[in-house]
Amino acid sequence: MKKALLVVLISLLVLPTIFAAGQADRGAPKEKVVTVFGAFVDEEARRFEEAIKPFETRTGIKVIYEGSKDFETLINVRVEGGNAPDIAGLPQPGLMNNFAEKGNLVPIWSSLEALIDKNYAPVWKDLGSYKGVAYGVFHRVNAKSFVWYPKKAWQRAGYQVPETWDELLALMDKMVANGHTPWAVGIEAGGATGWVGTDWIEDIMLRTVGPEVYDKWVSNELPFNAPEVKNAFEILGKIWLNPRYVYGGKNTILTTSFGDAQRPMFDTPPKAWMHRQGNFITGFFPDAIQKNLEEEVGVFALPGINPAYGIPVLGGGDQFVVFHDRPEVREFMEFLATWESGELWAKTGGALFPYLNQDLNAYPNVIERSLAEALVNAKVFRFDASDLMPAQVGAGTFWEGIVDWVNGKNLDAVLNDIQKSWP
Amino acid sequence: MKTKGGLLHTTLVTVGRIAISILIPLVAFVILWGGFIFLRDSNAPQSVIAIVAIIWGVGGVALLFFVADWLVNRAPVNIAKKLQPFVFVGPALAILAWYLFFPTVRSLYLSFFDAYSKSFVGLENYIFAFTDSKMLESFTNNLLWIILGTGGSVGCGLLIALLADRSKFEKAFKSLIFMPMAISFVGAGVIWRFVYAYKPAGEDQLGILNALVTLLGGEPKAWFTLQPWNNIFLIIILVWLQTGYAMVIISAALKGVPSTIIEAGRIDGASELKIVGRIIIPHILSTIVTVATTIIIISLKIFDIVFTMTNGNYGTEVIASMQYKQMFRFYHYGRGSAIAIVLVIAVIPVMWYNLRQFSKQEGF
Repeated sequence: MKKALLVVLISLLVLPTIFAAGQADRGAPKEKVVTVFGAFVDEEARRFEEAIKPFETRTGIKVIYEGSKDFETLINVRVEGGNAPDIAGLPQPGLMNNFAEKGNLVPIWSSLEALIDKNYAPVWKDLGSYKGVAYGVFHRVNAKSFVWYPKKAWQRAGYQVPETWDELLALMDKMVANGHTPWAVGIEAGGATGWVGTDWIEDIMLRTVGPEVYDKWVSNELPFNAPEVKNAFEILGKIWLNPRYVYGGKNTILTTSFGDAQRPMFDTPPKAWMHRQGNFITGFFPDAIQKNLEEEVGVFALPGINPAYGIPVLGGGDQFVVFHDRPEVREFMEFLATWESGELWAKTGGALFPYLNQDLNAYPNVIERSLAEALVNAKVFRFDASDLMPAQVGAGTFWEGIVDWVNGKNLDAVLNDIQKSWP
Repeated sequence: MKTKGGLLHTTLVTVGRIAISILIPLVAFVILWGGFIFLRDSNAPQSVIAIVAIIWGVGGVALLFFVADWLVNRAPVNIAKKLQPFVFVGPALAILAWYLFFPTVRSLYLSFFDAYSKSFVGLENYIFAFTDSKMLESFTNNLLWIILGTGGSVGCGLLIALLADRSKFEKAFKSLIFMPMAISFVGAGVIWRFVYAYKPAGEDQLGILNALVTLLGGEPKAWFTLQPWNNIFLIIILVWLQTGYAMVIISAALKGVPSTIIEAGRIDGASELKIVGRIIIPHILSTIVTVATTIIIISLKIFDIVFTMTNGNYGTEVIASMQYKQMFRFYHYGRGSAIAIVLVIAVIPVMWYNLRQFSKQEGF
């Protein structure tokens, strides 16, 4: 009985192995596979897969994309566990710096570097480099310095798009005088609560002290408790901490999810009249609004404050880095560095691309076209500072500081705490 | 002739037996290794891999056991008897060592290194763990969780057990109270997010608490942002989850209190409160202590509720959420490991006491 069981067990174990081995031998010339791991999921992942189809049919290389909402945690676990993907799309340059520091990444090779130099503005290459060595290729990017508004309601109320910061402030007071609430703001985002606030501060920093000082702030040459930073918080505080300017006041700011925050704009009559957010927010608008985006929604760049710096654009993006150096991986990376890899996605909408030689007509509507144009033509473009700062600050104390400050903590204490946490 | 043939025969048999004793484990090893290589490298369809993985996993465990058992049984009886327990306990010990003991030792090792686990930093990470303002906040909050969470769960559990014991609807009551036990901490977090949800005044209140407040004519409140009360709002969730556990165990102990003593007390004219305080509670004290220590351990490790509800914002940080943040958000392996070790050291005495209580009741 026992023996019989043993025989059965052994055959059960042996048979599939033999079958599988046979299968592997029989298979035609082995298909080349590139695995890609990234942070975007669902619809965005589907659009990415769609966009890289031309590459797969042209080369016969199969690209397997896998996305996860817990990307930032999982990519570390996978790399530590010796199970790194061939390519990963990292949303934060800081994450790239970490892997580069540990020696996990394959540096960019010369043919790819030539492509990057040709197709991108220099800022993107710098963002993909660590200690002078380039590692990353940017693909889809986003631009954040935009203000969205309900177009039809604005027309009825007779509001004009403000060109300067003073005009913006005047418009806000006009709205209040009309019994309207100017802004819809929400910073709740689960584990990332607070990032909407850091974006605002970054935009104001770019507009008040300019890109050079902004860079010093990112590298902490300008400390967090410096008067320049405090000034940016105070400018934001004049808007956010005034309950007449923000729908629902501080409690709504703190407890409303960043995606839902825009909703009051589309009530009739609107409960709020403006919303500052990146290009991706259109995907969160109510379905009826999304269907008639061009008619329902207007957008303008957040006005400049100091005219010397014009209207800077703040943005972010995923950079693709290589963990395993194989010819097919190289081929795919070089594809990602060309406009061809973004064109199909641009046509379906919901994504901006940084390529210099891109065809702006590919974007499906006026809004996205104008955003892409603003991105490519921006005199000053800077990456989201909180993504560039060390994670302890950029994904930690800066977010927490925003939350504490909105919830009533003393501004000097908040700024000193952030400065103290700098590693 | 005969003896010679016998000798040859026994030699052959011995050689054969030895050969088989080596061959069979070898075959088992090759099969298991082959399966492992297949699972690791195969490009076969997912369904095939899944089926092989199931067969290999379950079958592999059975195969290992049968081969080990068979080998041991071939040894002389007195040796076999000594080896036998290890066939049963060995795998469990090995798994425990691999998944629990070695990681703990590695965490201890990493806790003396920097963020990248590259250079030795001595006690720096521990100094951080005991001086950082967020860490100090976590220690205070964990203490609050221990006192209010454990006190609340055990107190409510005891009260309900005592009351249910005197009720006709005991079973129905106890089932209702016990039900939240079936919900995971994260699930409870999602449910209670709705309880505490906030919308500005004038809008429909999604959260039941704010709906009640506005119904009574009050202003809706953003409960999570109300320091320090928000900690208590979170602790209520733990009490909601753990009262059922405390109630069931205490209720079982209540049934064990001899009715003769209670009767005697009543005849002597003791009030009901006195009977509870002087007879019942002393009788079930060791059970209460066991339940309390179990919930203390849960409160010390509390993570899911805080993480899903406030993410440690508004002064609700706890030790475990700090550990997670340092490790997985800030990629500071040194600090993350150091906090983990601090947590382990904090739990050990309670755990030891808990196990001692269990063994006193011969449950362990």
